[in-house]
Amino acid sequence: MTCTSRWPVWDSVVARQLVTAIAERHAGPVLMCLQAIQGHFGYVPEGATPIVADVCNVSRADVHGVLTFYADLRTSPPPPVPVRLCAAEACQAVGARALKGQWQATCELDAELAALTGVDEPIFCLGNCALGPAAVVDGELMGRVTVERLRAAVLARAEQDSEQSV
Amino acid sequence: MSVWFVPKDAAAKSVGADQIAERLIAQGEVVIRTGSRGLLWLEPLVEWSDDRYGDRVGWCNVTAEQCLDVLPTSSDGNFLGAVDDLDYLARQQRWIFERVGIIDPLDGDDFLYRGGLAGLKRALAMTPNDVVEAIVASGLRGRGGAGFPAGIKWRTVAAQEPVAHAGSGAGAAKHKYICVNADEGDSGTFADRMLMEGDPFCLIEGMVIAAWAVGADLGIVYLRSEYPDAIATLEQALEQARERGWLGANILGSGFGFDIEIRIGAGSYVCGEETAMLESIEGRRGMVRVKPPLPAIKGLFGTPTVINNVLTMASVPSIMARGPEAYAALGHGRSCGTQVFQLAGNIARGGIVETAFGVTARALVHDFGGGTRSGRPVRAVQTGGPLGPYLAADELDVPMAYEALAEAGGMLGHGGLVVFDDTVDMLEQARFAMEFCAEESCGKCTPCRIGAVRGVEVLERIAAGDDAMQQQVLLRDLCEVMEMGSLCAMGGLTPKPVLSALNTFSEDFDRAGSKLIVRSGG
Repeated sequence: MTCTSRWPVWDSVVARQLVTAIAERHAGPVLMCLQAIQGHFGYVPEGATPIVADVCNVSRADVHGVLTFYADLRTSPPPPVPVRLCAAEACQAVGARALKGQWQATCELDAELAALTGVDEPIFCLGNCALGPAAVVDGELMGRVTVERLRAAVLARAEQDSEQSV
Repeated sequence: MSVWFVPKDAAAKSVGADQIAERLIAQGEVVIRTGSRGLLWLEPLVEWSDDRYGDRVGWCNVTAEQCLDVLPTSSDGNFLGAVDDLDYLARQQRWIFERVGIIDPLDGDDFLYRGGLAGLKRALAMTPNDVVEAIVASGLRGRGGAGFPAGIKWRTVAAQEPVAHAGSGAGAAKHKYICVNADEGDSGTFADRMLMEGDPFCLIEGMVIAAWAVGADLGIVYLRSEYPDAIATLEQALEQARERGWLGANILGSGFGFDIEIRIGAGSYVCGEETAMLESIEGRRGMVRVKPPLPAIKGLFGTPTVINNVLTMASVPSIMARGPEAYAALGHGRSCGTQVFQLAGNIARGGIVETAFGVTARALVHDFGGGTRSGRPVRAVQTGGPLGPYLAADELDVPMAYEALAEAGGMLGHGGLVVFDDTVDMLEQARFAMEFCAEESCGKCTPCRIGAVRGVEVLERIAAGDDAMQQQVLLRDLCEVMEMGSLCAMGGLTPKPVLSALNTFSEDFDRAGSKLIVRSGG
């Protein structure tokens, strides 16, 4: 498996351009700026906070506060194929807890799978509550999930990525 | 010319609708991507008609194999016949969802052909004040959960003068805002998502009517990041609406100007609370604000702001088109009109049921929903999302309406019902309710921030059989503190699922407690 990241490496000049474009057009831009940085680089690196603070004319503490409040915002690079299992009630009612346990056990036995998907970060509700258990694999919503389908989806996505990076 | 209709709703895609569309197109067929009809257990539900506007027949749970070099036929085992005649659909009263699943959501002509903009045209021919009074007369109430009369909220905002953004310099532009809450975080709810994916112009039309009524110039839809399909569809719809003059400086040649922007959430449940949502739109941590001042007077960036849920706003066009009297005539007591119920969890026939208020929970769970998917007996139904109580299987004869349900100990919330079979451990559900609150609390008020953490600990002690009876007393006390002392519904309502589990399903708690007796006795 080639672990070529699809995300560009951190570049403070690009980051400043992204952030400036948003701050010029929108009121209350801090969260949008952090989302834009994550959308571009895959996460919000340490160097982003002073840039956002400077451009938006707020303190670094304010930016840090926003960065640490929202579950979506991450301060480390994402795994190649992030997997998130819905942990909310409607999926609990159709076996989400058991699925989570099975998935963790599968990943423990399969180092490649574990490296691809990283640590399972639960998500609360994907809006697919009639077709649970639901999960999202690298941004793609899945319904009636089983460990087998999840595994197949992860491997298919990883293959797509490595084809694209060749 | 014959046409296939394949949903591109996220739920349909999650079980393979895209692959079916690809295979039909590969065979040279004409495919129109629609929203979902809301019969989600039948997805992917593929329809066909000999004319784009003709009657449709359908096939349920279509597989990609069924469309590999062949086409579905009426002799296939999954052939449904005329889709409109399916009992589940025929028994509904669709106002908000009248076009969802039928039209191509991004085809403005399709929208117009099916009655789109009739409400807006009627509203623009009326004075703003008359539009506000029409919404008051319709009895429309907020679908986000609180059930506040939408018309009264609009009347308050209409009475305010536009205000410049707080902290802006002298001479800054003055605004009023229409904010739509599309942060549909409750588990078991997906109607906002399906509406935005299936008929985004309906939401836009409702927002323009609201803006005209209260004199707002800017609109914001706060849409959760968990809904990427809804974000993409709404973005494209906004662009088209601007091109067609349904948004912008001179809407439908009326001289009235209004535009809409999407703000995307970042994975925080509490941002569905209206003041936390305002903070988040302003780019800050989603910390709940103290009320008053009400957002209608001092809302987004300090300006007068209408905040309505997606379904509230999407009700407005059909109310204006069909008349507020017709809407007010539907329903149950002070719950007027239709509600989009969402059947979810362990249910055989999950999906959307839009019908007048007053239908019983039993009719929804059993007649529409067909009981559990597992085939086991229903044990509990959670109404109103993670902050709503659990009803027992014998408590389902209650009419689904704001007051009637509340009197019976339930909660309407956003109209979701999550069904559990008899394998559910209600002590674990109670523990999860506290855990969820601990995870999602904004942290501003102590009862919620600390109480939820202590709640998890108490429930874990009960589960471990550690002085369980005393812990139950403690749990009730804690719930009272959270209920009475929290700033918003997050901490204030978390006790509802916890206490309903404890009161209605006490055997699950006592069983845990009895472990202690066994242990000390042994």
